[in-house]
Amino acid sequence: MTTTTTENPVYKLELASSPHLHSRWNTKQAMWLVVLALLPAVISAVIFFGFYQLLIITVAIGFAVGTEAVIKLIRKQKVTITDGSGIITGLLLALILPPDFNLAFTALGSIVAIGLGKEIFGGLGFNIFNPALVGRAFLQAAFPVPMTTWTKPNFTEVDSITTATPLSAFKFDSVATELSSMFIGNIGGSIGETSAIAILLGGLFLIFAGVVNYRVPAAMVIGAVIFGGVFWLIDPALYPNPLFHLTAGGFLFGALFMATDWVTSPMTLKGMWIFGLGISLVLIIIRLFGGLPEGVMYAILFMNAFVPLINRYTRPRVFGEVK
Amino acid sequence: MKLFTSTKTFQGGVHPAEYKELSENLSFEIMPNPKQVILPLAQHIGKPSNPLVKKGDDVKAGQIIAEADGFISVPIHSSVSGKVKKISIEITPSGFPKDSIIIDAADSNEIELQQPLNPDTVNPEEIQARVKWAGIVGQGGAAFPTFVKITPQPNQKIDAIILNGCECEPYLTRDYRFMIERTEEVIEGLRLIMKSLGVGKGYIGIEDNKPEAIKKLKEVAENYDNIEVEVLETKYPQGAEKMLIKAILNREVPPGKLPLDVGAVIQNIGTALAVYDAVVKGEPQITAALTVSGNGIKEPKNLIVRIGTPIADVIEYCGGITEDASKVVIGGPMMGVAQFDFSAPVTKATSGILVLTKVEKNLQEETTCLRCGKCIEVCPLGLIPTKLSRFTQLDRLEDAESYNISVCMECGSCTFTCPANIPLVQWIRLGKQRVIAIQRERKSA
Repeated sequence: MTTTTTENPVYKLELASSPHLHSRWNTKQAMWLVVLALLPAVISAVIFFGFYQLLIITVAIGFAVGTEAVIKLIRKQKVTITDGSGIITGLLLALILPPDFNLAFTALGSIVAIGLGKEIFGGLGFNIFNPALVGRAFLQAAFPVPMTTWTKPNFTEVDSITTATPLSAFKFDSVATELSSMFIGNIGGSIGETSAIAILLGGLFLIFAGVVNYRVPAAMVIGAVIFGGVFWLIDPALYPNPLFHLTAGGFLFGALFMATDWVTSPMTLKGMWIFGLGISLVLIIIRLFGGLPEGVMYAILFMNAFVPLINRYTRPRVFGEVK
Repeated sequence: MKLFTSTKTFQGGVHPAEYKELSENLSFEIMPNPKQVILPLAQHIGKPSNPLVKKGDDVKAGQIIAEADGFISVPIHSSVSGKVKKISIEITPSGFPKDSIIIDAADSNEIELQQPLNPDTVNPEEIQARVKWAGIVGQGGAAFPTFVKITPQPNQKIDAIILNGCECEPYLTRDYRFMIERTEEVIEGLRLIMKSLGVGKGYIGIEDNKPEAIKKLKEVAENYDNIEVEVLETKYPQGAEKMLIKAILNREVPPGKLPLDVGAVIQNIGTALAVYDAVVKGEPQITAALTVSGNGIKEPKNLIVRIGTPIADVIEYCGGITEDASKVVIGGPMMGVAQFDFSAPVTKATSGILVLTKVEKNLQEETTCLRCGKCIEVCPLGLIPTKLSRFTQLDRLEDAESYNISVCMECGSCTFTCPANIPLVQWIRLGKQRVIAIQRERKSA
């Protein structure tokens, strides 16, 4: 019972400074939750565009993970493919490609997404631009025609018929698409972007699980309603109503899965609001005045570039400090 | 169902699993005196005490064996009756070896007491003198001499005394037990502190996860129209001084300032009781109330032990540690100190001994920062932990300074929450020390 107990070597204890507890959070788990949240979109893709889309998804994921592994090996770094981030990049890229897209082009997109989008900056955590969007931007530039050829959603026929997306229909033909169709997803569009309900399901799950901070999507919705609403009020015949902006194209998918990417969005709470509003502003300008019907991808990539600046100028107020 | 819920709180913070169920329903047990006590001369903030005894002296429990050295210092009383074995350098729970008086205990439970004072007629000077004699230090962790805090200073305007009953650290239940088992005395202690400082308003801040204690406190506080029980949201670090003042008074203590500067004095529940015991019972601070808990200890307990009792004795008294125990911590799991030597003694400010297992700690592999911003969201002081940690790693200390690294109170919310499992506050702690050293150099240059 004296101090000699201390020399007892039986205890193998750890020494480290506080805190001695950790939350349930870890990188891997967060990444797999994102994959889980994308499943409804994958299912909607199969329902509306057929099983071939699963092949595109598989190729995209395979090449994304493979590229990451090869680059890590070349750079003699630890292969970190089990963290799930490569899988997410591949999956996200596949879901924003047109249905029935060429598999070789898909593979190329994945290689660019991981290589130029992520690894060239040093890997996960260091990239500036959303890797999946980098991959898609590359494909858009390299293969403009296949990238804008939209399969008509079809449950029975084997032959694919092309169609217009609601955005291009509106822009080039002044045809409005039924909002209910856009909500369910039986419209022309990217593999995983057409069904608002599937995207919302996954996105809301991520928000409630605490993976996605609600501020970015909320700011994008508010921004689209404000900026889109202003033009709609000016001339409802010429400009679509804000609800159309929210359900059209890649808006929801971008708001919930692309703009909310931890690495390429601001860290500060105020910054998240600015980021989301900025994306919507750029988006509305592209959609209404640009040469392209859709602008979510470029809007997010554009705002990605401002993230370091936003972080710097939105430092939170230090407690007790009077500004 | 929660009986009391509250939205009164501060910005940020985290919700760790509480683990209070391990010990919250266990009444205090008095641990038998140990065979030997180790009494460090520096158990408080300020100058170490001056020893008044030498090897071979007979001492009685309650006898002053070291006197206060200067204003910010306290006397130390022998916690047992016995013989001074030696005065030597011994390990303390902080990890640093310090001068300590070692006493071999005799088989006696006698304690030398002072004359009890009547709490209704005692005057402020008598309270201060008694608290000073009793060697009381704050039990919230910092161990600041209590008589300094309850003695009015010139040019100082205090309008609120807050008793901190949050006990926001997981596992710890000793303040909770105090509030349940000694409700009247806690409030009497608060009234003595209010009297000493001549302050008319007293608050008891308590988290809404302690309905039984809230009920009891409210029953007693009803008798006094100047004491209020403030129910606060259960969130770590609600019990941090700045957070508590924000939640109750809606005042913000500026960086580098003290609660005094916004007119508030915070006291721990245990400190208020020590004040009560000193004034009304004439007892010096020779015992410590501890929660011994964690999934790595065989029998969790709330214990009253003599100060100077080696940690090893307490652990043994609680049945020893389990096979899967992996860390022993003094204090709470969020801010406590891991121990490497169980001969270190319980000191005046010790509030808990925790034995944690790997499962509870849940430490995982560290990855690169994913810039998710969760550390910024939870930081109660508005800092950017990930940047501060990175600046320290890169030795960019000027940047760390300009990002207010020295404001950090090391609550650990950032590290707790980080999905990448980066030891953020650990890096910040290092950077903070370096920055403070640079600032000191700059001042002296």
